[in-house]
Amino acid sequence: MLYFTHVKSFVLRRLFLLVPILIGISIIVFSLMYFIPGDPVDIILGENALTQDKTFLRAMLHLDQSLPMQYVGFLKDLFQGNLLSIYSKENVWTEILNRFPATLELAIWAMAFAILCSIPLGILSAVKRGSFWDQSSMFISLLGISMPNFWLGPLLIILFAYKIPLFPVSDNEGFLSVILPAITLGTAMMALLSRLTRTSALEVLNEDYIRTARAKGVQEKWVLFKHVLRNALIPVITIAGIQTGALLSGAIITETVFDWPGIGTLLVESIQMRNYPMVQSCVLFIAITYVLINLATDLLYGWIDPRIRLQ
Amino acid sequence: MKKLSFLTKAGIFLISLFFLAGLFAPILATHNPKATQISKRFDTPSTTHFLGQDKLGGDIYSKILYGARISLTVSIFSTLIALWIGLILGSTAGYFGGWWEELIMRIVDILLAFPGLLLIFALAAFLPPSIFNLIFIFSIVGWTGFARVSRAQVLVTKQKEYVLAARSLGARHITILCKHIWPNILAPLLIQASFAMGGIIIGESSLSFLGVGVPPDVPSWGNMLNMAKQSMFQPSFVAVFPGLAIMLSVMGFNFIGDGLRDMLDPTFREM
Repeated sequence: MLYFTHVKSFVLRRLFLLVPILIGISIIVFSLMYFIPGDPVDIILGENALTQDKTFLRAMLHLDQSLPMQYVGFLKDLFQGNLLSIYSKENVWTEILNRFPATLELAIWAMAFAILCSIPLGILSAVKRGSFWDQSSMFISLLGISMPNFWLGPLLIILFAYKIPLFPVSDNEGFLSVILPAITLGTAMMALLSRLTRTSALEVLNEDYIRTARAKGVQEKWVLFKHVLRNALIPVITIAGIQTGALLSGAIITETVFDWPGIGTLLVESIQMRNYPMVQSCVLFIAITYVLINLATDLLYGWIDPRIRLQ
Repeated sequence: MKKLSFLTKAGIFLISLFFLAGLFAPILATHNPKATQISKRFDTPSTTHFLGQDKLGGDIYSKILYGARISLTVSIFSTLIALWIGLILGSTAGYFGGWWEELIMRIVDILLAFPGLLLIFALAAFLPPSIFNLIFIFSIVGWTGFARVSRAQVLVTKQKEYVLAARSLGARHITILCKHIWPNILAPLLIQASFAMGGIIIGESSLSFLGVGVPPDVPSWGNMLNMAKQSMFQPSFVAVFPGLAIMLSVMGFNFIGDGLRDMLDPTFREM
């Protein structure tokens, strides 16, 4: 019983902490419009636009109202789904939700790549610490951390689409076309997670229960599987969750490199067209997704490691 | 003092190299970085154009030298400003506590709720492209990390005997903060500053790559990659060299950061 109240209050507390964060995010996204020097309507339509068009757009963006009312209008539009893209009569959310699956697909493959490569690499490095394997995998991760997406992507295109034509350069052509973007997006996370797995596995390897397990004659592969891997993964999961956010913003760049039709390219296109409501909505959407992923990670972490809940 | 590791030396070497390249760009450059020569577009590296010519016939080598100026200027100035904002807000939050601490830390939480470069990208989308605006954006977004570290450090330091002694002698708050606390919390901030500089180099070139960084006619590494994308990264040298410059400078700052961490904070040393 006590256990359940703990879990409940833990979840409730985390949900409660979300409220000010979400309000803060919405205020920042709303105020982005004020960073435009001069009149947003003039910037969007050009100074020579018809007065009636200017008046229409001004009313649509609530710019004819007082500052607090502008914010209220922004929130109202947001919740009622009336926030319109400037260049279509579609609701912004329709377009965002149309594009989001592609981003999700890319992010999931990137994450799968990162996790599937980093955990074996990290464990191997920890077990064979100081060996050639260890040094070369740490060197790869060092490269991976310093290599920006908008360079790794082109390098992969040059190598594996032009020099050795294994993969398509861009466009959605089934599974093959997701491989290069996913590797591009996932490499930084792979690098970070393999370093982290290594450090955390090294820590676990020094624990008494590992020595006990070995002393009582447990086979080495079971020691690694049942004891090292399980305990070493706890911090890795948290960082993987936090890194998902970096994945989301990295997706903006990776999608641009590969012309991937996701929310990142939508954001970049909207910026080029000065479709500011769309830009604001994309930013808001990505930020809220990130906050929710962090919440999920927190809750998952509390579930895996009950010690966290008591803090 | 511990001897510098190989990687730290490599980092110092790389950063000095880029610093000198940027500083002496007018002497070292073989061509005007803004000059074009359409007839020689995409010409391969030669003795007159060391690293080849881009889509408009611009000299890649000279552009990379001038690009170092942009990258280093933005990253150094933004980091310094962000460091100061973070140090002042974070250390006063930790020192005075109460509503001020609550306010600052809530703002930090909200700013950190945006993943990675998203907020920077959003701000750059609404502001006209210029170096000044980039520094402004990276400073007002980047101070949060420094504020967190400063606050955490001050919470520990303000309990130390020498701070209590200074206070019981009647020293003013500002004296205690500036003379007794700041010098003692500088080490972790310097480590962070070094990593921040690498991060800002990636950030600045990402923005230019996406077309919201420095104006398109300014020779910068991100703009060069943006131009390379317009020809689908072909021929390969138009994309490889500017990216190499970005990666080496980021690695340089990261190596220095690692070295500083090993030197100043032995508890952090990796196993």
